[in-house]
Amino acid sequence: MWSAIKPNPRNIRIWQVLVLVALFAFWHAMTVPGLIPPVFFENDRQAAFFFGEPLKILGRIWTWFVVERDIYGHLWVTLLETVLAFSIGTAAGLAVGMWLALAPVAASILDPYIKAANSMPRVILAPIFAVWFGLGIASKVALGFTLVFFIVFFNVYQGVKEVSPTVLANARMLGASQRQLLRHVYLPSATSWVFSSLHTSVGLAFVGAVVGEYLGSARGVGYLILQAEGTFDINTVMAGILVLTAFALFLDWVVGLAERRLMKWQPRSGETEKL
Amino acid sequence: METPALSLDRITCTFVSPDNPGQRYTAVRDVTLDVAPGEFVSVVGPTGCGKSTLLNVGAGLLEPSSGEVRVFGERLAGINRRAGYMFQSEALMPWRTALQNVTAGLEFRDMPADEARRQGEAWLQRVGLGGFGDRYPHQLSGGMRKRTSLAQTLVLDPDIMLMDEPFSALDIQTRQLMENEVLELWAAKRKAVLFITHDLDEAIAMSDRVVVLSAGPASHPIGEFTIDLARPRDVAEVRVTQRFIELHKAIWDVLREEVLKGYQQQKKAA
Repeated sequence: MWSAIKPNPRNIRIWQVLVLVALFAFWHAMTVPGLIPPVFFENDRQAAFFFGEPLKILGRIWTWFVVERDIYGHLWVTLLETVLAFSIGTAAGLAVGMWLALAPVAASILDPYIKAANSMPRVILAPIFAVWFGLGIASKVALGFTLVFFIVFFNVYQGVKEVSPTVLANARMLGASQRQLLRHVYLPSATSWVFSSLHTSVGLAFVGAVVGEYLGSARGVGYLILQAEGTFDINTVMAGILVLTAFALFLDWVVGLAERRLMKWQPRSGETEKL
Repeated sequence: METPALSLDRITCTFVSPDNPGQRYTAVRDVTLDVAPGEFVSVVGPTGCGKSTLLNVGAGLLEPSSGEVRVFGERLAGINRRAGYMFQSEALMPWRTALQNVTAGLEFRDMPADEARRQGEAWLQRVGLGGFGDRYPHQLSGGMRKRTSLAQTLVLDPDIMLMDEPFSALDIQTRQLMENEVLELWAAKRKAVLFITHDLDEAIAMSDRVVVLSAGPASHPIGEFTIDLARPRDVAEVRVTQRFIELHKAIWDVLREEVLKGYQQQKKAA
């Protein structure tokens, strides 16, 4: 009996889903008023007040997506902010990283400022961006940009520095001009480093968008959560968090997809030849 | 006398340590070496004697501290455009397939893509990698990567071939196969070759002339031997001929002392 359901590579998805179900079941049992006597709280409504009830949360999500269909606009705004912050931040990080890696003088002049800008807790810039760019999407994109830029920048910088000198010398001997070196050697080499950071940076772009919305906005999932929090509607807050989590997983999956397509030249450990 | 294809004229290379400018290391001093068009010249020497330094100077990748490099009589400035370079370590671009690696040089010269592809495939065929054009370097064995490198260099039809211990990482069987292949390709095209190796057998089996470098620092040529073995040669068979053994003994007598000296110096440094 056990050998049939023992976790193995084939039924690992089922086990993953079971963990989720168990988690929700536990949550349900602990929070629904009257189901079991209160363990920690004085009366049986308090658990639901602080932690929300899974069924109501799922109901809330159902209402958002199917009944009232009013979340798509908010999701769209958050997605737009994330994608903009991510792509502008990545492009800028790539460009500046390449430039500084290939211009050592500029790099050594700017070094302390880059370190300072990177060690600054940049989330604190959100109110300033709100003042500069208003409460629309621009201020959220700006916040996400500052988070993404440095991750990509440092990875590109490192990637260009670590280009194999032999590969570089070989390309030069084959007749590559400076521009061709940039395009055919530095860029692909840096890309492999960028991709290792993209999972982190897409997450941070998302953080920038949501935190920005949370601090002041009129649309977006962060805004929904802020509204619900104002009325102590913990179920809606939790529903918002669940939606955001699923959304983040989706973005991560998209990055993974792009990575597998673009990075197929990279050896994966234990890979054998498929003939 | 014919203008040499590659002429190193009193080359001295002194390296300065970037952390400590007072610390200097002279890798090669006053090296003069000519390679005639169509000639196959090997340079042998103990490890760390600056063989690769010389090759980099000839390629234009490294500027000598003093001395002059001339390519077909013209003073070399910047990269040596008439030379192809086969490196000792992995030099293929890992993000390009074998075919894309072979055509890289053609692409840099703005050759139309389909013409480059045709030539690239023809060269892959010639080095025995016909069906492997779409593989990435990590999917190829060490010997296959070397063949790809060879095709990558030769597709540009360079007038001078610079080879830096190209086969030192290969096992002995693959190595002899590759050596024979290189000799065959060389015999067909008759390019000037400057071949660096620490393997005396390889040097004698392949070359018209063997130059022995002294141990570093400040190494310089201490012996030059003309290899009068008949061509075409098979690198495995030629090794057992009487003449080969005589030449080997003569060169080894010069080289042995330098190898020991180089070894002592490395031990002291360690």
